Amino acid sequence: MSKKKDTFINMLVSLLMITIISGFSLGYVNDLTIGPKAKAKLERKINALKLVLPAFDNNPVVDVQLLKSGTVKDSVEVFPAYKNSEFVGAAIIGSTEKGFSGMIKVMVGFKPDGSIQNIVVLEQKETPGLGTKMKDEKFLAQFREKNPSVFNVKVTKDGGEVDALTGATITSRAFGEAVQMAYDEFEKNKDLLMELKN
Amino acid sequence: MAEKINQTQNFLKGIVKDNPVFVMLLGMCPTLGVTSSAFNGLGMGVATLFVLLMSNIVVSLIKSQVPSKVRIPAFIIIIASFVTIVEMVLEAFIPFLYEQLGIFIPLIVVNCLILGRAEAFASKNNILSSILDALGMGLGFVIALTLLGATREILGSGSLFELKFVPEDANTFILFILPPGAFIALAYLTVLFNKISTKTA
Repeated sequence: MSKKKDTFINMLVSLLMITIISGFSLGYVNDLTIGPKAKAKLERKINALKLVLPAFDNNPVVDVQLLKSGTVKDSVEVFPAYKNSEFVGAAIIGSTEKGFSGMIKVMVGFKPDGSIQNIVVLEQKETPGLGTKMKDEKFLAQFREKNPSVFNVKVTKDGGEVDALTGATITSRAFGEAVQMAYDEFEKNKDLLMELKN
Repeated sequence: MAEKINQTQNFLKGIVKDNPVFVMLLGMCPTLGVTSSAFNGLGMGVATLFVLLMSNIVVSLIKSQVPSKVRIPAFIIIIASFVTIVEMVLEAFIPFLYEQLGIFIPLIVVNCLILGRAEAFASKNNILSSILDALGMGLGFVIALTLLGATREILGSGSLFELKFVPEDANTFILFILPPGAFIALAYLTVLFNKISTKTA
């Protein structure tokens, strides 16, 4: 086996070649996957919207409103839903960084009167088997048809009305906070959303 | 290479005699980090197997073109490229698995198993031996991670591959899906594995 000598030129050329080839192949794969990646993300969003909103006939992804909020750095995504040009509800992405392992993002669907239609967890890094149970039907069912103006979304330990998940109080607390944030945004912008279509 | 390698032996060594996890104790970070369920372990194992296979092939192909002083940076670039490709492909086509494995995909780059095989084997052997070495070692890694994931899932969640076999609100050993449980389960599995494999050897 004739190994290349360790001359400066040899080292330079071989590393240069390797980086050029890997650079080009990465660019190529990126081009190939950029479409499907965006599609997968969008599909997740649409599926979530269908789950949390009442029946609608507009395209909430197109009608999305990015609203500035005082509580979080990024703007809040609000997806209004209309049927026969009537406002039937809105899905709002609520988030908090107080999860057991950081960011939790939930999509909360509200009816026009402010009661919760349904909730879907979009993003979380909670402990598998403990915090991840917030995705379970048993936990989510507590929130359905409830209006956060009368139903306190805090856990019972903090004076609220939500039964915390066993062994995952911090997650339950953060979940309630994300829902509360979404509700606050809904109340703040309800009138705007109702007017938009007309 | 003058000496002839027994290819069957070459392939099998990674699974039992030199199992990367239970015998060589390589790549402990993903081993402990992602194995909270059997499916996660399997997914991580397969992703690592792919990167290991591709890097072994490429390293073996270019071994005579790379001056030995810069061989490590060269290997790292090759491995990192393949990891990035795996990450992009997973995100585009298997978003579910991508979400589960999260931060551990980029960390395949620093899995010492892959660099170790590139340095110790692929840079000294021909392409066929390198492929078999990667397949054997990778399969050993897959088996070990799946076994560890399955053990932790059975004990910690009372399920296997998401199929629950205990009542919904039964108490399980939650400890085993938390990080300390990973160490405990790995230690016992290592003892068990070595006990069995030394007896048969």
